[in-house]
Amino acid sequence: MWEQPFKDLDFFPEAASTIAWEIDALYLFAVAMSVFFTILIFAVMIFISLKFKRRDEDFVPKPVHGSVPLEILWSVIPFIITQVLFGWGAYVFFKYSQPPVDAMDIHVVGKQWMWKIQHPEGKREINELHVPVDQPVRLIMSSEDVLHSFFVPAFRVKRDVVPGRYQKLWFEADKVGEYHLFCAEYCGNEHSKMIGTVYVMTASEYDEWLRTPGNGEEETPAQAGERLFSELRCESCHSAAGVGRAPSLANIYGTVVTMEGGERSRVDEAYLRESILDPKRHIVAGFESTMPTFQGQITEEQVFELIAYIRTIGAEPVVSGGE
Amino acid sequence: MSTASPAIPQQERPKPNYLNHAHGFASWLLTIDHKRIGLLYIAVISLMFAIGGVYAGLIRLELLTPEGDLLSTETYNRAFTGHGVVMTFFVLVPLIPATLGNFLLPLMLGARDVAFPRLNLLSWYCYIVGVGIAATALLLGGLDTGWTFYAPYSSTYANGSVVLALMGAFVAGFSSILTGLNFVVTIHKMRAPGLTWFRLPLFVWAIYATSLIQVLATPVVAITLTLLMLERVLGVGIFDPALGGDPILFQHMFWFYSHPVVYIMILPAMGVMSEVISCFSRKAVFGYKVIAYSSMAIAILGFLVWGHHMFLSGQSTYAGLLFSFLTVLIAVPSAVKIFNWLATMWGGSIEMTTPMLYAMGFIGVFTIGGLTGLFLSTMGIDIHVHDTYFVVSHFHYVMVGSAIMGYLAGLHFWWPKMFGVMYNQVAARTAAVLIFLGFNFTFFPQFIVGYLGMPRRYHHYPPEFQFFNIASTMGATVLALGYLLPLFYLTYSLINGKKVGANPWGAKGLEWEMADSPPDPENFEGTPVVTEEVYAYAKEEEAVVH
Amino acid sequence: MSTDHSAAADGHHDSLVSHQFNDAAQQKEAATLGMWAFLITEILFFGGLILAYTIFRNKFPMAWVAGGNELSWQWGAANTAILIISSLTMALAVHYAQLSQKKKLVWFLLATLFFGSCFLGVKYIEYSEKFEHHLVPGSFEYHGEYAGQVNPKQIEMFFFLYFAMTGVHAAHMIVGAGILVVWLIPAARRGAFSSEYYAPIEMFGLYWHFVDIVWIFLYPLLYLIGRHLGQ
Repeated sequence: MWEQPFKDLDFFPEAASTIAWEIDALYLFAVAMSVFFTILIFAVMIFISLKFKRRDEDFVPKPVHGSVPLEILWSVIPFIITQVLFGWGAYVFFKYSQPPVDAMDIHVVGKQWMWKIQHPEGKREINELHVPVDQPVRLIMSSEDVLHSFFVPAFRVKRDVVPGRYQKLWFEADKVGEYHLFCAEYCGNEHSKMIGTVYVMTASEYDEWLRTPGNGEEETPAQAGERLFSELRCESCHSAAGVGRAPSLANIYGTVVTMEGGERSRVDEAYLRESILDPKRHIVAGFESTMPTFQGQITEEQVFELIAYIRTIGAEPVVSGGE
Repeated sequence: MSTASPAIPQQERPKPNYLNHAHGFASWLLTIDHKRIGLLYIAVISLMFAIGGVYAGLIRLELLTPEGDLLSTETYNRAFTGHGVVMTFFVLVPLIPATLGNFLLPLMLGARDVAFPRLNLLSWYCYIVGVGIAATALLLGGLDTGWTFYAPYSSTYANGSVVLALMGAFVAGFSSILTGLNFVVTIHKMRAPGLTWFRLPLFVWAIYATSLIQVLATPVVAITLTLLMLERVLGVGIFDPALGGDPILFQHMFWFYSHPVVYIMILPAMGVMSEVISCFSRKAVFGYKVIAYSSMAIAILGFLVWGHHMFLSGQSTYAGLLFSFLTVLIAVPSAVKIFNWLATMWGGSIEMTTPMLYAMGFIGVFTIGGLTGLFLSTMGIDIHVHDTYFVVSHFHYVMVGSAIMGYLAGLHFWWPKMFGVMYNQVAARTAAVLIFLGFNFTFFPQFIVGYLGMPRRYHHYPPEFQFFNIASTMGATVLALGYLLPLFYLTYSLINGKKVGANPWGAKGLEWEMADSPPDPENFEGTPVVTEEVYAYAKEEEAVVH
Repeated sequence: MSTDHSAAADGHHDSLVSHQFNDAAQQKEAATLGMWAFLITEILFFGGLILAYTIFRNKFPMAWVAGGNELSWQWGAANTAILIISSLTMALAVHYAQLSQKKKLVWFLLATLFFGSCFLGVKYIEYSEKFEHHLVPGSFEYHGEYAGQVNPKQIEMFFFLYFAMTGVHAAHMIVGAGILVVWLIPAARRGAFSSEYYAPIEMFGLYWHFVDIVWIFLYPLLYLIGRHLGQ
């Protein structure tokens, strides 16, 4: 028991992603700057308390009311330092928030108190995330209930997971290994048990892992979505025959559509999600507001599956009336 | 001009003062004397601090081991919520303004009382009712939402006495608004003849800036908590997306108040620093106007930065940039204050009394606390440390390290004025050192374990974090001991302390030079007229000007 | 430092000036600043509600049309007129207090109380109607003309804000009426106010005008904005 606190004792976290060293560099600069000023101020205080200690009860020191040059000096220097921190921090934050184009998407649903992961090839995981090394990964995350936050300290990335909307988080793991996954936004009783492991594997190990049979899932999300699309009768309006009652979904992902009122929207995951769950919010120009909402009828995972399917709707016609 | 001797000679018979001129519960519970009201606040706030401290003790004991083996998860979650709610709303928000502010403001201004003494008593009763409601919530089992009450967890999912706790905070908020309003009017309208704005003690400037924040920010949290209560009770979807609401709206509204509120906590402590440091350096404050303006700048900027709590919430990156830029700016007036205090001490005649020890400790911990705030406001770093123990450590450095040490500095400085007695200096200095060391030992390891990735509000944690948690709990034990000591030696001083005259420290200021210790019920005989500059420890002809 | 022991400075004079003040002028200045500071806190308080209204109107514009059409713009207009008249009577009350005309002061305070009570009476009628039609958040049913087109939960949100905003406003009116009944009218009848001392009437007037102005914002926001689109 007494050795336990000293086992695996580290004072600095492992770095396993491409952005980790950038954040560490910025952090260590801030640490160095802070250590410098802290030591400076402590030293000055100790010096003052020794050198100017009261020795004569009747001595009254000369008052010094101020010094403009000094005030400028010790305003400008902190100002410059703060601007460096701000600018560098903003630069790193932009990198963190803009995934590269070749990122592979993985869907994450947080719910009290577990992480449900859905790979596009069909594998599902709970509290575990397998990813290939040296491959940008973009997580598209949603919550089924309350706020959560997806946090991998070794990657130095974190993002709140908010019910009612999609949040995106990207990283590129550059070191094979196993890393902690934490929920970092208090979400109720088992918040500290909403943890897991990220497994970073070589590309070939990842491919092999993808092929292993898992928890009985045979369908990819897109296949599940196609089934749902039919069960929910979506094609009665969204048929490829282009009846005109509803916008065609062929190759719609990534395009820009125009709303009633002139607003333009890019068709991404968030747009598709809103169209399914809150269709009256924005109406595509030239169409009536007749689509019913599916809020409360399908889960967050099912929304992902529908979106995965919609992304595949392309040249092949969607057969009306189901398969 | 020598200020070492008291302005008013000692009397043979005890003069009637604000403590002994009237007796009985009614004379205290229905008092409209600002000095008595200040003491009433000290009593209740000390009790609330003890309750918050017990919760802290439970937390630190639990965190000694990685497993959740002392408390159930539910109890732990209620413990950190109780700790946060009690300490934030019922200790730190009223702390210096309601206690030292109430006692000293009229004295420092040469007034007989605040502008609205009955409103002042009403403030205290609002606070007491708020305490009563919150205490009921805690006694009924408490709540587990965290002091930040994030929706939709707190509106739709949490169990426990959420509505009661919200009501307690809501009612206590009125205490804050009314006190702030009272102080603003008092400072504007009741200064003694000759007491111009730039002759005001810097403590008054600090209280003024604080009062402006109290008046403007608190109504917003009042409405936010009300909307949350109504959502919880009526099921209307303001913040819960399942009902059509927006959880990020809650965060915006909540932090619009809760960021300025931390400046309510720190600005008065900074005001105390100026008073203590100038007295025990026997030297006028260096850069008086700069410090006065910096308090106002911090108050104003403080309203513009709330989104730095929300960089990762889904808030737009561009909004985040604006918030980050404005937040780092606040470091400038804060740093400037530290340098001006050091310059005040430079060339002075330093006496290491207990208040001065606290002041120097304050400079130390505020430097660390303020600098680590820069880490958090730098967006790139916040990605990693948001919602980890790094944040917990930062805010304890500024709220506990700085604000509470500022309060203790002030309490120990003005204690002889308030009661006419001096406490045991050895015990007091020992407590100050224990608090400083214990505090740093408790919270410094939390920076490290936070960067390692330990999230906040975790009941159990991976074993590799245990070393730092043990260190932290060891520090907390020393800190607790340090906080207990004043209870004993200060109480003892009231019973059997050495009697002192009106100005035992030889300080400048109307409260020291024109009022007795303890003061007369009406503070002064007649109205003081101010004819010299503030902090006039030395003759003006000898002033050095750069 | 020195001390001013003159009679004006030692605070022991007529009881109209509280002990903490040096003279009546200082007391009046302090009261005025205090009341304005209080009104600013009220602006922030109502401002939070108006912020919530703005955000949700932006999210659910059709629900705002549906909800607004359920309100009676006629009752609202009547209440607006009633409140404006009450502000007039209040201003006249202050005027006659300044002129030491006690009878007219009391008369106009009573008139203000009367119109304030009329306002509250109309609100009672409106609220009763809402309860009858089940348009109350918590037990909400919407059967209006937009019933197929708008999510009723969103209309419930409109009514939640309607009740919150007008309810908080009405609470302020009730407090105002209470102050008139319990303090100002009896004190005026006793002859407590004159050109020498009328600050409480003036300060109360500030408060009353503020409550009136809040209603001037609430009426168009709640009753008028959505109507036009509903045609």
